[in-house]
Amino acid sequence: MVDLALKEDATSKPATSRMPGNLGSDRTFRAISVSSAVAVLVMFTGIMAALIYGAWPAISAFGLSFLWTEIWNPVTQKFGAVAPIYGTLVTSLIAMLIAVPVGIGIAIFLTELCPPSLRRPIGIAVELLAGIPSIIYGIWGLFVLAPFVQQYVMPPVIDAFSNVPVLSDLFAGPPYGIGIFTAGVILAIMVLPFITAVSRDVFLAVPPVLKEAAYGLGATKWEVEYNVVLPYARGGVVGGIMLALGRALGETMAVTFVIGNANRVSTSLFAPGTTISASIANEFTEAVGPLYAPALVFLGLILFFVTVIVLGAAQYMLYRLEKRAGGKS
Amino acid sequence: MNRSRYARRRRRSTVFMGLSIAATLFGLGWLGMILGALLYQGFSGLDISVFTKSTPPPAAAGGLLNAIVGSLLMVFFAVAIGTPVGLMAGTYLGEYGRHGRLGFVVRFLNDILLSAPSIVLGLFIYDAMVLTMGHFSAWAGGVALATIVIPVVVRTTENILLLIPNTLREAAAALGAGHSIIIRQITWRAARAGIITGLLLAVARISGETAPLLFTALNNQFFSLDPNGPMASLPVSIFQMAMSPYADWHRLAWSGALLITMAVLILSITARAVESRSEQ
Amino acid sequence: MSAGNGSAHGSESVKVAINNLSFYYGKFKALKNITLPLYRNKVTAFIGPSGCGKSTLLRVLNRIYEMYPNQYAEGEVLLDGENILDRGLDVTLLRAKVGMVFQKPTPFPMTIFDNIAFGVQLYENHPKSELDGRVELALRRAALWDEVKDKLHASGMSLSGGQQQRLCIARSVAIKPELMLFDEPCSALDPISTAKIEELIAELSEDYTIAIVTHNMQQASRVSDYSAFMFLGELVEFDVTEKLFTTPSNKQTENYITGRFG
Repeated sequence: MVDLALKEDATSKPATSRMPGNLGSDRTFRAISVSSAVAVLVMFTGIMAALIYGAWPAISAFGLSFLWTEIWNPVTQKFGAVAPIYGTLVTSLIAMLIAVPVGIGIAIFLTELCPPSLRRPIGIAVELLAGIPSIIYGIWGLFVLAPFVQQYVMPPVIDAFSNVPVLSDLFAGPPYGIGIFTAGVILAIMVLPFITAVSRDVFLAVPPVLKEAAYGLGATKWEVEYNVVLPYARGGVVGGIMLALGRALGETMAVTFVIGNANRVSTSLFAPGTTISASIANEFTEAVGPLYAPALVFLGLILFFVTVIVLGAAQYMLYRLEKRAGGKS
Repeated sequence: MNRSRYARRRRRSTVFMGLSIAATLFGLGWLGMILGALLYQGFSGLDISVFTKSTPPPAAAGGLLNAIVGSLLMVFFAVAIGTPVGLMAGTYLGEYGRHGRLGFVVRFLNDILLSAPSIVLGLFIYDAMVLTMGHFSAWAGGVALATIVIPVVVRTTENILLLIPNTLREAAAALGAGHSIIIRQITWRAARAGIITGLLLAVARISGETAPLLFTALNNQFFSLDPNGPMASLPVSIFQMAMSPYADWHRLAWSGALLITMAVLILSITARAVESRSEQ
Repeated sequence: MSAGNGSAHGSESVKVAINNLSFYYGKFKALKNITLPLYRNKVTAFIGPSGCGKSTLLRVLNRIYEMYPNQYAEGEVLLDGENILDRGLDVTLLRAKVGMVFQKPTPFPMTIFDNIAFGVQLYENHPKSELDGRVELALRRAALWDEVKDKLHASGMSLSGGQQQRLCIARSVAIKPELMLFDEPCSALDPISTAKIEELIAELSEDYTIAIVTHNMQQASRVSDYSAFMFLGELVEFDVTEKLFTTPSNKQTENYITGRFG
């Protein structure tokens, strides 16, 4: 038996009168069900439409040059998206650079090294942490991490690299504590449980016989992980990482607290900056003038567009994987 | 057998496994520090007035009553709107549209919405409701949160329905039950624990959501039960208070953060308990 | 292919006449021009190796296959003279007339009482007291009453496998079907439960026309009046059970029942 679903359209019946006790009608129920499914579709297109509608004044005023103009001047009503786009990409990049290796490392620990008695508690802790709202990470970043970074991380790093070319530019400026770097770190901590949970699940799905076969050849733990588990799980891990990236790109609250809200591109990672979502969160309710709010919505449209592509690609990879797994069994 | 080669391989394995332990300590260390700070700061500012008084003017004593009530109210709206839609759409995916094209498209878009930036959902509802109504309102806040509830409920509902064995549906059909009766009386019932779990997770998810409320429900210094006007919520109050220069407000922000985290943890743990009990 | 020698049993009355029935899973033809009768108040057993189409045949008789896409039946199945493959027929009403018991017990996630009341209330509106009677009657019919009468409001899933299967039989019996289909009803059960179910089938045949699919040839010879041997989607031989098992007219049948293949 291959096919599982109830058939799309029940072929046979013109609606017949039901006996008492046979409550409700299949047709109505199905219609409600279909319209709810369509509602999800409408929601998606509604978001698209609302964003385009709201951004239209800015789209017609700036066109695509919005994407490569670095200016943000509410007084003259001139806006360009370079600074927030730059901030969004760089904070997410920092986050992924930290969270991906650490997350995979934790997943390896959980599946291979962890004493069985600790496996469940740590696993549950990771999953619970993945559910903690981002505003919690934000408030901690503002009150704990930023002062710490300002005092103990930024000054020595700035000093250490002050004479090294390139790095002196990357880590320059007065140590504010807040800024692109701190925001990236917070984002990393936030997506870490997510990446860990996804990777662990994928690692656990690797058939034990494969690992046993490799161990049977005398491979070490690392060799089994690197040559058997990771290649087998690659698709799932990449899909999980892209889901995490999608979240990081669109994350608002974890970033807004510590980004510094400075609408400019700075070469220094320690300098304050902004991201698309932080700009919208900070400025939208105060945006006055014919183009200010539309420019922010335009930013939102760009963000939505980019995350849909990233998440769509992630979804596509995970579906394909599922299909493969389904075909095998 | 080359002993030195074997020793090198062993060393290499030890190093990488050591790194994975280090990663675990590093990662759990951060998370431990966050929870530690939250508990310490949150409890030190927590007293009865947090629950009995509303947002104070700067540098005065007050509490989070208006924000707590506002959050409860808007979460309730969101669940009331989002549950039926999510449940029925998830039912479509799990029962009627498993192979069809509509099912495929809805499933794909829903999974994207599941991780879509919540601030964009706020902009959407701002355009769709705040602009058309002409003012910020708790209704709009509730609907904005519902746009987050729906994808979560759709996903969990479909997942659980796929786990219900087809023989159960066949057995009901063989008695002469129509589709709607099979679904409502048999599969939903068999899936009840999973559906409740999904709902709890959805509530956990929205109880800390800030971005969609920023320009839908806005905020309100005062206690209000009027869904037609702006309303305070815990997350937005925390945001506003934390970003202010006042120490009193900072203390309240920490207390609010603690409350949200506790609520989320309790909801997630309950969800797990419901799920694991149904597996037995 | 020989469609047996139904003419020798002309005295029996035909409840279901299957005429030239073919069945497709997508492009795969799983049943090839099957023709045979099911006699009223008799037990007909379908035997044959896995994949021979015997379960598929059963799934045509209540059109349960229609729940899945890409499955089609061709030909004619007359239930008391009415073609049940007719497009205009209401399948839910058909299924109310045709009971089915599956390989694995399928208790619904509700109480023992509700498991039975569920089916009864689909088509009949009873006051509570009458419903109690119907439930008891059905449970007695399935020889389960004495074991569950004190825990009618316990979950149906709390019963043992054999009890669950009898609960499913009671559930079917409760809606007074005309034809009962058993799809390897004992394959998941222990020998004692199997014996009880077989006894039950014999009793039920006094009132119902029964079709049973089984892997177990001893079972077929024990419970059935007529047997049909199927192979690769074709009906190889259909005859009185005793004759089919002692002097089969077909070489393939003989090979199968003597254990030379399958």
